Amino acid sequence: MVREITLGQYMPGKSFLHKIDPRTKTVLLIAYIVFIFLCRNFISLLIMSLFSLLVIFMTKISFMKYLKSLRMILFVIILTGFFNIFYGSGEVLWQWQQLKITSGGLINAAFVIVRISMLMMVSSVLTYTTSPTDLTDGLERLMKPLKIFHVKVHEIAMMMTIALRFIPVLLEETDKIMNAQKARGADMESGNLIKRVKSLIPVLIPLFVSAFRRAGDLATAMECRCYNGDKNRTRMKVLHFSIKDLIALLGCLVVFAAVIVGNMYFPAVI
Amino acid sequence: MSVLKAENIKLVYGAGTSFEKTALDDVSFEIEKGEFVGIIGHTGSGKSTLVQLLNGLLKPTEGRIYLNGKDIWEKPKKIRNVRFKVGMVFQYPEYQLFEETVYKDIAFGPKNMGLEEEEIDKRVREAAVFTGLREDQLEASPFELSGGEKRRAAIAGVIAMDPEVLILDEPTAGLDPLGREALLSQIADFHRVRKNTVLLVSHSMEDIARISDRILVMSKGRKVMLDSTKNVFSHGRELESIGLKVPQITKIMMMLKEKGVNVDTSVLTVEKGFNEILNILSQKTKE
Repeated sequence: MVREITLGQYMPGKSFLHKIDPRTKTVLLIAYIVFIFLCRNFISLLIMSLFSLLVIFMTKISFMKYLKSLRMILFVIILTGFFNIFYGSGEVLWQWQQLKITSGGLINAAFVIVRISMLMMVSSVLTYTTSPTDLTDGLERLMKPLKIFHVKVHEIAMMMTIALRFIPVLLEETDKIMNAQKARGADMESGNLIKRVKSLIPVLIPLFVSAFRRAGDLATAMECRCYNGDKNRTRMKVLHFSIKDLIALLGCLVVFAAVIVGNMYFPAVI
Repeated sequence: MSVLKAENIKLVYGAGTSFEKTALDDVSFEIEKGEFVGIIGHTGSGKSTLVQLLNGLLKPTEGRIYLNGKDIWEKPKKIRNVRFKVGMVFQYPEYQLFEETVYKDIAFGPKNMGLEEEEIDKRVREAAVFTGLREDQLEASPFELSGGEKRRAAIAGVIAMDPEVLILDEPTAGLDPLGREALLSQIADFHRVRKNTVLLVSHSMEDIARISDRILVMSKGRKVMLDSTKNVFSHGRELESIGLKVPQITKIMMMLKEKGVNVDTSVLTVEKGFNEILNILSQKTKE
């Protein structure tokens, strides 16, 4: 049951998107997020959507996986979509006392739903095609300029790597502890809210104890190997900006330019 | 009547996904009341999955499990009662301790059963004696105990529920030889005094050979054999073919037999092996 959570699941592959530099992917994702919110009419939104689908198709990962990532936030999508129907101006289509549905509201809702869905799926592209190590490596390099302000960039990246690495371990641990307590008759499925929260104590305490134990062990192991962060550290895999990154960058620039043109030449609806 | 009975059980993990894996396939067996049964198998043979099915932590995809003749999944809401009757000690059980004191932790199971204070107190103290915990340790925090003592406390927590069937999954893993020895003899004592049915999962042949009445051998999710300890180990070659080791002394006997010495190959302990060899030697000198 707890194993079904897919959080930043990396799926190894050999597609074009797997091969481009994590830094390029991260920067382009941020730009993508900005541009999907810049879309002001259906033409621009269509361009962005088609582009998103193309990118998803290029990862060669089953579309079902992306739909599954949407399922996690389905509630958020429906809720925001629903409330947006009632906000907005324009032609009134239906009214009941203070509550009214307008054409503008419907357009708003459509935009919000498409935006959030695309945002989620394209963000998944990054996590699906980039291994956690590459991802944090990339982030570390991107955040390097912050060192001027004495931000401990390497330490932050290291903590992220460790945290990501331990998610599956801790999930498995939770499963084991839950089974062990169930075997002793712990009842986690029935009762009111207070009773249920209380029934989590026999799971949470051993879980925290084990997390701290693991953290302690890991810290000791790192100390024993004289780990001292990023000073003079060399890398086995050095990140390179290759021709592929250039292609990806140019491709995205074309799409983003098309969005701006679309915004300029067609009337805004939102 | 058998206390536990498995009928053609099959368990498939992640059915319908790309991770589909058949952990158990068509396993049937019966375990009699008061028996001490060892379960052996290579890593990934399905032995841990099997024991989790027996106390209702997992539900079989196909087949049925009977406890005292009643299907345990007949009333899914009452599965907790099955778990009280079939006590389960997991691998590395010390990681499940959570209470403020050892006493309270051992009392967790009995408390869930809804027993009276007095009865709980009696059971906790008895369980502590069985597992060799001292009186003063009961009031200590479980996190202050040593590794071996923590494990005893955790096992006591299951014994205190006084289950009809006690299942132990690799109870000696990670203990030093002395600790292993002590724990095994305590389990054997418990079995002798209480006359409960005990299932012991292990991959250590020496441990199992010494204390089990019968042995269930698993390989690749299937039952290979369920027979008396002596008979199982007389199939030495077969055991080796599925990646299991017979006790060292049995191995020596098998090798002697191959060299043409007429010894009994079902010898399981060093002592018996020693006598067997002495016998052969004295016969030879007579000739």
